[in-house]
Amino acid sequence: MAFGAFGGTIAAPAEPAVRKRSRVALFLLLPGILYLALFFLAPLLSLVITSFQAPVEFGDIGQYQTAFRWENYTTVIGTYAPHILRSFVFAATATVAALLFSFPLAYFIGVTLRRFPLAQALALTLVIAPFFISFLLRTLAWKQLLSDESWFVSALHGLQLLPPGSHVTGTAFSVIFGLTYNFIPFMTLPIYTSLEKLDLRYVEAGGDLYASPASTFFRITVPLAAPGIISGALLTFIPAAGDYINASRDFLGGTDTAMIGNVIEANFLVLQNYPAAAALSLILMVAILIPVSVYVVRSGTDDLL
Amino acid sequence: MNAFSRWFGRYALWIYSILAFVFLLIPIAYTIVFSFNDSRRSNIVWRGFTLDNWTQVCNSQGVCEAFANSLVVGVVATILATILGTMIAIALVRFRFPFRNSTTLLLFLPMATPEVVLGAGLAAEFLTAGVQKGVVTVILAHTMFCISFVVVTVRARVASLDPALEEAGRDLYASPAQVFVRVTFPLLLPGIIAAALLSFALSFDDFIITNFNSGAFVTFPKYVYTAAARGIPAEANVIASAVFVIAIVFVVTSQVSSAAKRKRLAKQG
Repeated sequence: MAFGAFGGTIAAPAEPAVRKRSRVALFLLLPGILYLALFFLAPLLSLVITSFQAPVEFGDIGQYQTAFRWENYTTVIGTYAPHILRSFVFAATATVAALLFSFPLAYFIGVTLRRFPLAQALALTLVIAPFFISFLLRTLAWKQLLSDESWFVSALHGLQLLPPGSHVTGTAFSVIFGLTYNFIPFMTLPIYTSLEKLDLRYVEAGGDLYASPASTFFRITVPLAAPGIISGALLTFIPAAGDYINASRDFLGGTDTAMIGNVIEANFLVLQNYPAAAALSLILMVAILIPVSVYVVRSGTDDLL
Repeated sequence: MNAFSRWFGRYALWIYSILAFVFLLIPIAYTIVFSFNDSRRSNIVWRGFTLDNWTQVCNSQGVCEAFANSLVVGVVATILATILGTMIAIALVRFRFPFRNSTTLLLFLPMATPEVVLGAGLAAEFLTAGVQKGVVTVILAHTMFCISFVVVTVRARVASLDPALEEAGRDLYASPAQVFVRVTFPLLLPGIIAAALLSFALSFDDFIITNFNSGAFVTFPKYVYTAAARGIPAEANVIASAVFVIAIVFVVTSQVSSAAKRKRLAKQG
C-alpha cells in the first residue's frame, strides 16, 4: 500500500465476486498494458541499445550506429563520477532533512488534529499547496528570496553570520534546500497516513510502563510509523536524485553543483551525445532500482499500488 | 515539571507546525505578490502595485500560447490516461488473471523511475524511430506517466465498492452493460474524477519529461524554464497564481462540503 498511500485512503479490499471471464479482463487490460509496453518498456530498451552505440565514422555530431561499446559506460563513469556521487549525497541529505521537517508536522496533523476532521483536511491541503503552484516558479521564488539582495541574506551578512563576500544561492546548500522544499509533501503525506492510524493506547502503555518520552517515541511511535517513513523516503529520494531544476545554474545551483540529471540533459539535448546520456540514465535507473527492489521484495507485489 | 513539559510539548508542536505551514507557503505568497509587480523586463525588484499584468496577461510574448498548449496537452493526456487506467483498475480488483504480479510491477515501475530516465528513454525511442518531436510526443509521454497514478486512485474506489449493489442490479434483470452504466460507473465516478484531476495536475506541471520530448513545442513550464535565464515576466506569475487559486478553491470547497455531508449523516445516524 505504501506508494498507494499517496493516492488517497485505501479501504481494505472487500473480497469481491471474482469473475472468471478472462476475455473481459483481457479487453480491460490490453490497451493500457500495450501502451506501457510501447512507451515505458520499449524506451528503456532504446536506452540500453543507445548506450552501447558508437559514433558514425566521418559522420556529423549526433550520428550514431548500433555497436557494442562497453567503453561508453567506463567513459561516463570516469568523466561524471563527481556528478553521480553528488546526486546521491544531495538527494540523501534532502531526504533526511525532509524527514526531520515532516515527522513533527505529520504527527501534528495525524494525531493532534485527529478530533477535528475538517481542520485535518485543510492542514493536508496546506501541505500539498506547493504542488498547485508551478514547480519552476516556486523554485525561482526561493532563488530571489535567497539572493544577495534579499533582506534575509543582507540581514545574515549584517549580523556577520555569513562570511563576507559569500552567497547563499549557487551553493550545495541552496540546491539541497530546494530539493528538500520541493519534495516535502512526498514525505509528509505517507508519514501522515501511518500516524493517522496510530493507536495512542500503545503510546500510553509505554508511559505506564515507565518508559521515558524519548524511549516511548523511538521504540513505539517511530516503529509504527516505519511504513510511512520508508515510502516517504523513497518518494523523496527518487525524484530528488534525478532532478535537474534545483541544481541548474538558472535556478538554485552554481558552477559546481551539477547533478546526474544536469549532465544527462546536457549530453542529450545540447551535446547530442546520446550514448553518454543513455548510459548515465541507466546507471541512475539501476542505482534507484536497488533500494526499490528491496522495498518490493519486502512489501510484496500485491501491496505495491 | 511533568505537567509543564507536557504543556510545553503540546504547544511546541502547535508552534512548530504553524511555522512549518508558513514556510511551505512562502514561495507561493512570493509568486502571487510579484504577479502584481509593476515590472518592466525582469520581475525581481518590487517597483509598485499594478493590475496591468492581470488585465493584459497575454501581452507578454508567448505566455498565453504556452498556457494554451499546456491546457490542450493536459486535457488530452488526462482523457487517455483516465480511460486506460480505469480499465486496468477494474480488471485488477475484479478479475484473477495470469501475470497479475508482473502487471502490478509494470504499473508500479513508472512511478519509481526518475523522470529524467523516463524522458531520456522516450526521446531515445522517438529518435530511433525517426518521430518528429512536438505536441503528439508530449501527449504520448504525459499519458504514459499518468496511467499508474490513475490506476492507484481508481483502484482504491473499486476495492471499496459494495458488490451487493451490482448484484441487486443483476437480480432486477439488468444486462451487464446496464449494470455497468447505471450502477458501477456512477459509484466509481468520484474516484475517476479524482484520478483525472491528479493526471491533469501532473501533466500541467511536468517539465523534465516534456523538455526531452517537446522539440520546439512550448508548454507553460518550458516557457518558464527558457525565460528563467533572462528574467520571468510578471504575466507568468499571473497564470501560475490564477491556477493556484482555482485549484485551492476547488479542493477546499470539496473538503468543506464533504465535511458538511459527514456531519449531516452523523446527525441522521
